[in-house]
This record gives sequence, C-alpha cells and structure tokens, in this order.
Amino acid sequence: MKIQQLSIFSENKPGHLIAPCRLLAREGINMQAMSLADAQRFGILRIIVSDWQRARRLLEAEGFVVRVTEVVAVEVPDHPGGLSTVLDLFEGSTLNIEYMYAFPFVHDGKAALIFRFDYPDPAIDKLRAGGITVLDADALNNR
Amino acid sequence: MIAVKESCQTFHPDSAQDYVPPALLAELQFSRLKAIVARAFDRVPLFRSRMSDRALTPESITSLSDIALLPFTTKSDLRDTYPFGLFASPMEEIVRLHASSGTTGKPIVVAYTQQDVDVWTSVMVRSFAACGLHHGDIIQNAYGYGLFTGGLGAHYGAEGLGATVIPISGGNTDRQIMVMKDFGVTAICCTPSYFLHMIERAAEMDIDIRDLPLRVGVFGAEPWTPSMRKRIETLSGIRAIDIYGLSEIIGPGVAIECPEQSGLHIFEDHFYPEIIDPETGAVLPEGEEGELVLTTLSKHAMPMIRYRTRDITALLPGRCPCGRSLRRMRRIGRRSDDMLIIRGVNVFPSQVEAALLDVEGTLPHYQIVLTRMHGLDQMEVLVEVTPETFSDRIGALEELSTKIADALEHVLGLRVQVRLVEPHTIQRSEGKAKRVIDRRLPS
Repeated sequence: MKIQQLSIFSENKPGHLIAPCRLLAREGINMQAMSLADAQRFGILRIIVSDWQRARRLLEAEGFVVRVTEVVAVEVPDHPGGLSTVLDLFEGSTLNIEYMYAFPFVHDGKAALIFRFDYPDPAIDKLRAGGITVLDADALNNR
Repeated sequence: MIAVKESCQTFHPDSAQDYVPPALLAELQFSRLKAIVARAFDRVPLFRSRMSDRALTPESITSLSDIALLPFTTKSDLRDTYPFGLFASPMEEIVRLHASSGTTGKPIVVAYTQQDVDVWTSVMVRSFAACGLHHGDIIQNAYGYGLFTGGLGAHYGAEGLGATVIPISGGNTDRQIMVMKDFGVTAICCTPSYFLHMIERAAEMDIDIRDLPLRVGVFGAEPWTPSMRKRIETLSGIRAIDIYGLSEIIGPGVAIECPEQSGLHIFEDHFYPEIIDPETGAVLPEGEEGELVLTTLSKHAMPMIRYRTRDITALLPGRCPCGRSLRRMRRIGRRSDDMLIIRGVNVFPSQVEAALLDVEGTLPHYQIVLTRMHGLDQMEVLVEVTPETFSDRIGALEELSTKIADALEHVLGLRVQVRLVEPHTIQRSEGKAKRVIDRRLPS
C-alpha cells in the first residue's frame, strides 16, 4: 500500500529545478504529484511518478542524488474538514507526520494527499481503522 | 607620493644588538648553537635519538655551518609529541604555555621559561624600536589575547619599550576606532586585513584616520601583499610595518621591517635562519628562494633545532641602509605546504577532510572557499550531497550541515560556513577536485 516517492536534492539557485523536470518530460514520465521543500540554501524536490524505477535510473544516470522514500497516499472528501479527519486520527499519537502535500486534481469529489510518516506501516493500520481510504500505486495511476 | 607621518627616531638600549658587527654576531651564534644543541641532546629524547641515528653528538658541531648536519624539526614532530614531548625544561621552570592549532584537532603547545619570556619581550622591544616606536608612544594592541601568541607577545614588548599599551584585543571595531581617537593612539598592532576594515569603518563613522595621531601599524599573523600595504598607507597616512613570527619559534618578534621597508630583519642573535630547498633539504646560497628554516639559539623551555617553517622566502644580500647588521628576509609571499591562515588560525585542508570523514563515514567532494568581508577572513566549505547523506527531510539535511560545521569547529577552533551543494558542482581537473579557492588577496 505504500507509494514510492523520489526526492531530488537541489541547490536554492535560479534554474536548478528545471533540469530534473526537463529530463522526466523528455522521457515521457508523468509527475502525478510534487512538492518543493526549501531551506535557506537548498531545496528538496519530492515527486510521485508513474514509473519510479525508470525515473530513478534516468535521474541517477544524469548525476542527480535521488532518494526513494515510502509514503502513504490517502483519499479524502474534497470539502472543509476533509484533511482534519485524517489529522484527528494522529492527534496524541506517537506516530509523527514528517510532511504532507496534495495531488493537484480532485477526482470524483475526492482529493488525494501524500503523507510522509516516520513509521508508515502502523500509520496505514491507523488510517484504515479510522475508515480512511488508502490508495496503492495502481489506484493512483487510475485516478 | 604617499604622505607618511615621520617617526621620531630614538634609540632603545636593547637595539644595540641589531648593530653587532657580523663577525662578532657569528661568534655569538656559534657559541649559542653549541649550547642549545647540547641542551636539546641532553633533554629532548626525540632530538637525541635523531642525532644518534646520524652518529652525531653535540661535539660534532665544530663551526656554524655544521648546523646543516643537524636533523630538521617539523610541525608534525610537535603534534606527535603532544602536549609536552619536546620540552627541555621541567614544568616548574616553565612560566607560560601557549598553543596554536595543529593538523588533527589537538593544538601545538609551546612553552617558555622566565628567561624565554624575557628574550621574547626583548625581541618585541627591538621590533617596535626598529619601526620607530619608543617611550611615550601609545600602542593599541588589537591582536587576540589568549593562547594565541600575538596578543601577549606584543603586549610585553610594548611595556618593555616603555610605551603605553592598550590591551584591547581583537574585535568590536567601533570601540577600536573610538579608543584610537579618544586615547590619542600613535601605533596599532593587528592583522593588516583587520586594519583595512577599521579604515573603512572609520570612514563610515566620519573619522579620517589621517587626522589622528596614529603613525605606525605593526601588521602580521597573515600573509599580505605590497598592494595592500600601499592601500593602507595611502588611506590612513600611517607607515605599515610587516612583522613576522610563529609560535613554534617564539611568537611575534622573529623578524621585522625597519623604516626602509625592504625586507624583514631577522633577530638572528636568537633565531638562526637558513634557506633550504624544500624538496631536497639542501641549504641554498644567500639570495636564493626556498623554505625558511629557523633554529632558536637561546630558547630554554623548547629549543627548536632547524624548524621547517614552510614559509617560502629568500635571505637578501647586502647591508640594509638602516645600518643594522641583522640579515633581512624577503616578505613571505607563499608557503611550501597547503596550510591556510584564516583570521590568524592555521588551517590545513587535511583537517577539513578529517572532520568530513568523521561525520559522513566516507569523504565527499568538498571545496574550501576563502573570502574577506569587512576585513575578516570568511571560510565556507562546499560539500557535495551524496546518496548516503541525502534525505527527503529538510531537517535531516540541516542537521547534517550543522554536524559538519560543529565537527569543523571542533577540529579548527573556528566557526565556518557549510553549504551543501549538488553532486558534480565542484570543478574537477583530471579527476581531482580543486580543494581551495582563495579569493582573499588581490592578484
């Protein structure tokens, strides 16, 4: 049920983000979701792609530093309070959300969110127990 | 034409030694050499074993030129015998310890008996006197006080001269300028780059140093160029004097320029100079460029026999118009090793490597970039991110960068900037990355 996310190191300088994006575009790899985290002097581009193994090979061959992280994708209703139903589950829990971001499109009135937990497996159990739909890679591709 | 405020020449009795006829000086050097070699042989096991390896005893020294028979001492000898292994005096006779950074995080420790402190004071008195300072001068000592030899060395010298010393130490530029103006300072000791910063800051404070009584700057502890000197003298109207020294030998006061400003007179009645080929170790004839090797002729607590300074210079032929018989060396322009001097602190690229290895487990590609901001050296270390160190979490990368900065501070004793960069951004030539980019000095 876990999704493979690719993270790419990028210096916080003009033009540094475009190179990996261009490479994936040229190779016909679609970015389903992305988020850019930036510190003062560097940034991390995090992406969910259709074929992460190939994307990783291509990026590494071009000299990018790539890290594969297991993240969790969930579907929530696209209305006020949709996100908090998920966050409520983890309030007071020892499971920690490192970061999160959203897919750009709403599908069937539902939004998809990516969560990076410190411990993804117990987090998935908790989500399911709370009645939240956890998406696998196929489900993401079919959205 | 640079308008330089002229100094009034007076004579300090200690300076008499500067004018000893060369034949007498050589006699003095020879007798002191024999005594110091005997002392080191009797009391320093490392020196004794090296002498024995060469089948030498103190009696083998039958002339001054026999010094070339003796083994060299290097900075790594000081490191390997840390902390007290090269001391020739018991601790109860040692009145002072100083330390400077070494190559592995452990500092290099140097020791002084009371007699050594007196010699140090005397050579600093002669240094100040040689550049025209005297009783009645007000000397602002902006060298750092502490384990670094610069601060206390200049302090004792200024007091010994009979001048008024202001022990302001380094930093707090606005206060430095206020004191310089309000206390009627006539001479300043600091690094040349810091003084340039003071000039700029003074201008911002609407103070023109040319209007102040300040007339001499005694600048050292870092390499500087003739163009920097010209800038300092033009902008401030003072005479900028180059002083040379190193902790291993005594601290500041090994050599100084006289007002002729054509080479630094070495106080060779205490520090015997040789110029060697850094590759072969062979002594080079006068005038040829090579590595400066110094022997402390009178140091009791820690005699240094043929210490390799790694500084590249030449002994200048001929007598200086100032009349001193002391030989002169050309100002130091470069070194024969890769040591960097950052705000007076010795830094080796190998120290940076050790710190990176310590944090990351393997050595990443890195580059040291040196710049100068507000007259202070800035050191930045660029470190390429590797698949092993990279994380998808910002916090983890910031932690990595802090860890590297902490490890560097531990080894260097200096807080430096760390910047994580993308792989392959550090230029490599023939597979080897250029380790140091020094943008501090105008080329």
